[in-house]
Amino acid sequence: MGEIIDMAQAHKDFVHPEKIVSTEWVAEHLNDPSVRIVESNEDQLLYSSGHIPGSVEVDWVNDLNHPIRRDYLQEEGFQELASRIGITPETTVVFYGDKSNWWACYALWVFELFGHTKAKIMDGGRLKWEKESRPLTKDKPSIQGTDYPLPKRSEKAIRAYRDDVLAHLKVQGKLVDVRSPEEYRGERLHMPDYPNEGALRGGHIPGAKSVPWARAVNAADGSFLSQEQLAAIYQQECALSPQDEVIAYCRIGERSSHTWFVLKYLLGFENVRNYDGSWTEWGNLVNVPIEK
Amino acid sequence: MLPSRYKELLNDLESLEQSERFELLIEFAERFQPVPESIATSPYRVENRVPGCESEVYVWNIPDSKGLPKWYFAVENPQGISAKAMAVILDETLSGESPEQIAQIPQESIYTIFGRTLSMGKGQGLMSMLGVIKVLAQRSL
Repeated sequence: MGEIIDMAQAHKDFVHPEKIVSTEWVAEHLNDPSVRIVESNEDQLLYSSGHIPGSVEVDWVNDLNHPIRRDYLQEEGFQELASRIGITPETTVVFYGDKSNWWACYALWVFELFGHTKAKIMDGGRLKWEKESRPLTKDKPSIQGTDYPLPKRSEKAIRAYRDDVLAHLKVQGKLVDVRSPEEYRGERLHMPDYPNEGALRGGHIPGAKSVPWARAVNAADGSFLSQEQLAAIYQQECALSPQDEVIAYCRIGERSSHTWFVLKYLLGFENVRNYDGSWTEWGNLVNVPIEK
Repeated sequence: MLPSRYKELLNDLESLEQSERFELLIEFAERFQPVPESIATSPYRVENRVPGCESEVYVWNIPDSKGLPKWYFAVENPQGISAKAMAVILDETLSGESPEQIAQIPQESIYTIFGRTLSMGKGQGLMSMLGVIKVLAQRSL
């Protein structure tokens, strides 16, 4: 079966239109058994306060993080999660959430680590859905568990570790720092209004371009800018090319998964990885290069 | 000693399962009323802003007829539901309480309210709301 393409998004000219759907499309597929709608938020109360009918929640702390190590869930954990939310490898998973889909993109990225690439983002996320006065319910769907085969976690193509970043630096690889300009300049060690999550040094990885993640969205409804507008930022202004190997990073890897999604799927960068160790790792490493 | 209504709430929440806790917190959030216009109007003054809270929260302490604090809040984020819940909890359990007792509330008590699964970012923001209340209570002594 071919990939689903939502023609309502076609005007935005994204390179991979199959990775994004509109709120209209979701509204028309609420009862589609081949689709699972997944809400993923920063605010842990939001889903319970009302969500898209039939949607399930995937929480980044409880469901996606490793319970002890700084890592994501293991293969058995993903299998269990996938079975619990009632998906099979053939299910199209549509993510949405608060903060212009920042956490939704993070969840999508983790799903893709396990090879579940039938994953899409609902453009505009929760904010757009609410602004359009579309229905929300507090009823949790009754999900029939599935038998999801044990996946293989395959990270190489989309995840970068610190040694990958060091190797990337040696060949003058391109980097995008998606934190606030103040964090990039080393004036603060965390994003405005967020607490410090502990980095001993401020600044950025040498050569990284500064593009705060939220530049990629319309603030009014959380939707992505068009391909042309995004290209003006990342390709013209930052001189990045879809053929470049690019690594995106932020503070703990969540904001940069939003930028990873934009570069990989909306602009068609073939080799883009998310460095989830990000500044909380790099800013604490001994003797790695830092620029201010 | 903790203010009695605050202590009672902590006791109630401690015994709840996560889903029941969320339900109760959402009920708190649904009762949220922003600061009345007679006290402040948007855009609010930066000195009333709670630092470290990503939902853009503002707080005012207007003493009641007995000179005890009455807390008012504004939450400038339509999806800031945890911040709204916290604002209602602080108003309903700490308005009219003695500043000495408010100043002694342990910061970590927000984990009893919201549970241990709070992300570090969100936890610190909610802790800041409590922290500002404590500082303002201390200052009024």
